[in-house]
Amino acid sequence: MTLAKRIIPCLDVDNGRVVKGINFENLMDAGDPVELAARYGREGADELTFLDISASVDDRSTTLDVVSRTAEEVFIPLTVGGGIREVRDVNQLLRAGADKVSINTAAIKRPQLINEIADRFGNQVLVLSIDARRANTVSGFEVTTHGGRQSAGMDALEWMESAVARGVGEILLNSMDADGTRKGFDLELIKAARDVVSVPIIASGGAGKVSDFSDALGAGADALLAASVFHFGTFTIAEVKNELAAARYPVRQ
Amino acid sequence: MISILDYGSGNLRSAQRAFELTGHSVTISSSSESFLNADAYVIPGVGAFGACMQQLISIGGDQLVREAVATGKPVFGICVGMQIFFSEGLEKGVHQGLGIFDGQVSEISAPVLPHIGWNSVEDSSPLFAGVEDQSFYFVHSYAAKISPSNSNSTWTTYGERFVSAVEKDNVFITQFHPEKSGDAGLQLIKNWAASI
Repeated sequence: MTLAKRIIPCLDVDNGRVVKGINFENLMDAGDPVELAARYGREGADELTFLDISASVDDRSTTLDVVSRTAEEVFIPLTVGGGIREVRDVNQLLRAGADKVSINTAAIKRPQLINEIADRFGNQVLVLSIDARRANTVSGFEVTTHGGRQSAGMDALEWMESAVARGVGEILLNSMDADGTRKGFDLELIKAARDVVSVPIIASGGAGKVSDFSDALGAGADALLAASVFHFGTFTIAEVKNELAAARYPVRQ
Repeated sequence: MISILDYGSGNLRSAQRAFELTGHSVTISSSSESFLNADAYVIPGVGAFGACMQQLISIGGDQLVREAVATGKPVFGICVGMQIFFSEGLEKGVHQGLGIFDGQVSEISAPVLPHIGWNSVEDSSPLFAGVEDQSFYFVHSYAAKISPSNSNSTWTTYGERFVSAVEKDNVFITQFHPEKSGDAGLQLIKNWAASI
């Protein structure tokens, strides 16, 4: 085998519980993050991502506890994003049991944060999450914030390149155009990103059927992240991996 | 009892729990007495080679690792905790390692780096018994390309062939993270702990 293509379920965590909804609306309680993480681990997830959507500081400390309990039970890599503003936040999460952190808005506001985190902990702990959508910019894709509701006034591919030069080890590429459509990953965006960066690309947004995953790998993604299709049981991780194996992509089974 | 050397930040919690599953008690330690007073040792390591060595030296950990190896008790080095066993690391400049093994740790030649994810092993050493055909979780851009003399080396290919584990006397070092490699990693840790 060679390096396996990774399938990564993403769990939105609020005040210590997993919530699920569509476009952050009608959030429903979907259970205990540690239990769900363990279940996805058994079902063949190659990594797990927690996105902390807690609003308050108290809720964030609950997240640290969730990270610790998960790290003690589930022996696959865990990435945590949401609410990271400074190096201290990263240290807390790594100490609690996270293997990687993902940053988004804080890096847009202060790009130097990328250098600070990479210098202290290495590029490999740092995932840059980019919410991109089509716009009239140099590459045709811009960076957005606030779940795609606001433009950050930056070209998405230029941002990606400069962030990698600063020390980002992976790109989590969320297509705001594809997100929630279930019509497949944004292949144009993935291809455009693949042309400009040589770090691994985790594609996200738009997964609706199992064949969408192999299309995204064909476009150049190294890993694929999805939330609702797994949470709502549209299909399982094993079904995705079977499809990828049939399409001759290396997967861990 | 197994001691994990704590010489900086990083996720030691998973490592502690994974090694506890062998039935041994596990302590995380940064002082010489509590560290050396164990039956086996784990040397973790994340970040860049030079920064890692610097942090190690700042707590006198370079000496602790040498003393741990000299006890003849089992020593397990993980990721950059493997790399520092070699004489030199070429990440962000040229940095001296512990030199327990001769050789350089240099950048892997591959179109996409870091090498992140699950990869398989080739020509695996005896400790891989039962998990030879499994894959393990890697996250790194640098690796050793030459097997230390008189050792049992395990290999992995990503762009090029590199040393993914070395077994020599009481030392076992892996470039991948066994504590993040699911059941295969836990089995490997159990195999290693059987000699404690």
